[in-house]
Amino acid sequence: MDLKTKALTKSLWVFHMSTASCNNCDIEILDCLTPRHDVERFGIVLVGSIRHADVILATGIVNRNCRDIVKKMYEQAPKPCFVVAVGTCAAGRGIFHNSYIVNEAEPLDKIIPVHAYIPGCPPKPEAIIDGIVKLIDKVNKK
Amino acid sequence: MKIIEPLLQFVVFPGFLFTAVAGLIFSWIDRKVTARVQYRIGPPWYQPFMDILKLLGKETMIPAGASKRVFLTAPLIGLAGVTIVSTLLCLADFDPNLGFVGDLIVVFYMLTLPALAIILGGFSSANPLASLGSSREMKLVLSYELPFILALLVPIIKSGGLLTIGGILNYQIAHGAIFASASGFIAVVVAMLCIQAKLGLVPFDISEAETEIVGGSFIEYSGPPLAIFKLTKAMLLFTLPLFVVVVFMGGITLQAKEVAWGILKLIALLVVIVLIRNTNPRLRIDQALRFFWGPVTILAILGVVLALFGH
Ligand code: SF4
Repeated sequence: MDLKTKALTKSLWVFHMSTASCNNCDIEILDCLTPRHDVERFGIVLVGSIRHADVILATGIVNRNCRDIVKKMYEQAPKPCFVVAVGTCAAGRGIFHNSYIVNEAEPLDKIIPVHAYIPGCPPKPEAIIDGIVKLIDKVNKK
Repeated sequence: MKIIEPLLQFVVFPGFLFTAVAGLIFSWIDRKVTARVQYRIGPPWYQPFMDILKLLGKETMIPAGASKRVFLTAPLIGLAGVTIVSTLLCLADFDPNLGFVGDLIVVFYMLTLPALAIILGGFSSANPLASLGSSREMKLVLSYELPFILALLVPIIKSGGLLTIGGILNYQIAHGAIFASASGFIAVVVAMLCIQAKLGLVPFDISEAETEIVGGSFIEYSGPPLAIFKLTKAMLLFTLPLFVVVVFMGGITLQAKEVAWGILKLIALLVVIVLIRNTNPRLRIDQALRFFWGPVTILAILGVVLALFGH
């Protein structure tokens, strides 16, 4: 493992991208930053601008309106940048399956590359942290 | 050989490398104390180093429509400014007889370079939010420079019109710290408020304002340029308290016991800054302007008048 990868995995700045979620997953993501879970221990901080992001946390079903924006967002992020699909919606539509607003042909991982999936509706903060840990393992192995 | 020594002083000790390491450790203290205030554990000590290393390894993106040359040189201007300030301050501190007449004025002007870099970088990045951040930063500079220069007048008057950092230090070694007198105390309070604004920390983080204009001037920066900006901010976190310690609090003299005492003074100032930052809400730009031109300037004038009467 070289220094660059080590520094990357020790200091992941996450950007929170909501693509038509019901907002519950977004609240659970914020829970990870509260004193109880405190992900800043591992160097993870929430950033406001996509240009600062190392990880994009995508929540929601990616509806028709969001499709192009999601793609544009990913292109604007400086590489290396990882995408994590948080929640059943982002991973496979969940309860919105077959809904009229869903862009059936193109789920999130067809539009942009997704590096980790975290199921749950919404996933617990522990599950989100576990997902990030697995992502870090995957990056380290590469 | 004549050229090597100053070059080493600027690049290694006490210039760039030393200040960078000290600044990153200071920014860790900042984050750790913040975390403890919020009942969190906080990041490990090497976290700021990892952040900078990571940013250096990332892609640099230049937004379409940005003025590329200004966009990329702006961070360097800020870094150069803070490096020169810390070199001059440390050298004067180690040996008060070094330095030249007017180095206090040079330091004062160099301290505005980081703010200037932020303004330039924001305006050149062709982003409306960044321009908003830059225009706010500009108003903030206008507001805090007046009380800051008034506060600086106090040590100059007390030491009998000396314009060198070394001279002010010598005066303090002979007559005790300026901080101990009434006018000196007022000047330190004013200077600390101005420093809070210079560092861009809450309640004066108006130009960055994560929650309203998502990073302000830095919004379009990524990779190495962002790393340089972050490094500049970290170095300022070390240099500005050092400035206060040197000019108002008797500096850090180089005897074994005194060095520990000096570092303690620095860290105490830093903790005060962090506590102010954690217990206040953000002001609006008009409130900040009114605050600095109103109460703070009046307080600073009071300090100058007291100093003129020798208190
Ligand atoms: S996965 Fe569940 S909680 Fe998350 S956005 Fe979808 S419906 Fe809401």
